[in-house]
Amino acid sequence: MTDQLDQPDDVNLADLPTPPGTHDLLAKFQPLIREREALLATGVRDPFAIVMTEVKSPTRAIIDGRDTILLGTYNYMGMTFDPDVVAAGKDALDRFGSGTTGSRVLNGTYHPHKDVEEALRDFYGTSSAIVFSTGYQANLGVISTLAGKGDYIILDADSHASIYDGCWLGNAEVVRFRHNSVDDLDRRLGRLPKEAGKLVVLEGVYSMFGDVAPLPEMVKVAKKHGAMVLCDEAHGMGFFGANGRGVYEELGCEADIDFVVGTFSKSVGTVGGFCVSNHPDFEVLRLVCRPYVFTASLPPSVVATAAASIRKLKNAADKRAHLWKNSRRLHAGLRELGFTIATETAQSAIIAVMMPEQETTVALWQALLEGGLYVNMARPPATPAGTFLLRCSLCAEHSDEEVGQILRIFEDAGRAVGCIA
Amino acid sequence: MSERDDIFARVAAQIEPFNRKGVDVTEATGFQRDLEWDSLTVMDFVAAIEDEFDITITMNMQADIDTVGQLVDAVERLKGARP
Repeated sequence: MTDQLDQPDDVNLADLPTPPGTHDLLAKFQPLIREREALLATGVRDPFAIVMTEVKSPTRAIIDGRDTILLGTYNYMGMTFDPDVVAAGKDALDRFGSGTTGSRVLNGTYHPHKDVEEALRDFYGTSSAIVFSTGYQANLGVISTLAGKGDYIILDADSHASIYDGCWLGNAEVVRFRHNSVDDLDRRLGRLPKEAGKLVVLEGVYSMFGDVAPLPEMVKVAKKHGAMVLCDEAHGMGFFGANGRGVYEELGCEADIDFVVGTFSKSVGTVGGFCVSNHPDFEVLRLVCRPYVFTASLPPSVVATAAASIRKLKNAADKRAHLWKNSRRLHAGLRELGFTIATETAQSAIIAVMMPEQETTVALWQALLEGGLYVNMARPPATPAGTFLLRCSLCAEHSDEEVGQILRIFEDAGRAVGCIA
Repeated sequence: MSERDDIFARVAAQIEPFNRKGVDVTEATGFQRDLEWDSLTVMDFVAAIEDEFDITITMNMQADIDTVGQLVDAVERLKGARP
């Protein structure tokens, strides 16, 4: 059917006069602009406009001239100021310059890029590792390329934005299942055509509530239905499992995960993303994956710091132990003070404090900051079920004394705002 | 009751737990426009419809479903397509 048949003969929409002035494409964001203005008019500061003028260590920075404890950085293993890591970056900056100005498949692959992929293969014990310019691009590229037209992607409803965007970039059919529900995954897989290709996308740790996926049960269901499995270990790398590979290592499902996606911007302490796999044909992604091909590669100093950090993370058992101690202590301490935490126990290094609504959330966030503590504020739609959260992420470099200080700041701020008795 | 009426009745029953505004549900009712559902409510509701009718409504299809009538059409089609 042509457009002409749908329209009366005497009306051609293209012939109508253009309304005066430019149609403002930003007008649709007015409700958000007004909501923000109303919030800021109450006198609180903007939770999404923090500037750190000086960063002293993985756990300390100067914000508004005040020495502040950082409890919302995802710098889980505290590698950002490790002397070996910093030295590796400086050396690469001297030897290879400030940037590659090119794609990995053209002029953008230097020795440090190959070296960090070797460090990843060794860390994960896999035959292949492909590095992307960010973790976001790793999910975007791998998911959109693996699942093509006629294939199905089955993802957890609470998946990270980069996973959803990877789905939109590709041509596969997308099906969601209820967060962490093995039965729901099983039912949805069972309704799909038997012969279709299927990619189940899971995360080891879900970053909003800091809860862990029941990976062994989910992987078993995925395999029963003939699906391949991708697991995002962005928030698990470094401190889950004997080798720090992630939740999937800790829970013993290494043999059944086909692709592991990760990032350099959390435990590794810089920026970049990757996917590792034992699939014999995995390297073909370098030729067909658009977010890998059509962007500049990471600066050599960045990949050199990542390689040095990854090699140290492999043997960081003491740091892992201290991080877990910090996480359990904060979880128990906040509960004792009367705060509600998203998980019953400390399942990861993310401890999410559940808040009632936006105003109290921002008030407590600001009181904490004024007390010398920075945490992340999270609000819908980034959060599940319309919740407001103050998200704390611990670092292996937080000292016992600092964790004690953090709890005292929470106690004072919570009482001042009226969140706890 | 025709099969379509039956589907409408079952869809309407699934809407009720999410119908906080107490909207009178007809084929023309819009999920966003009239029921004012956010994306999280849509997710829960779609899961409920999938389980009620034992069908798959992909996210790709959801983009084209704005009203109750369009959803009833989609359910009718998907039930027919099932092996």
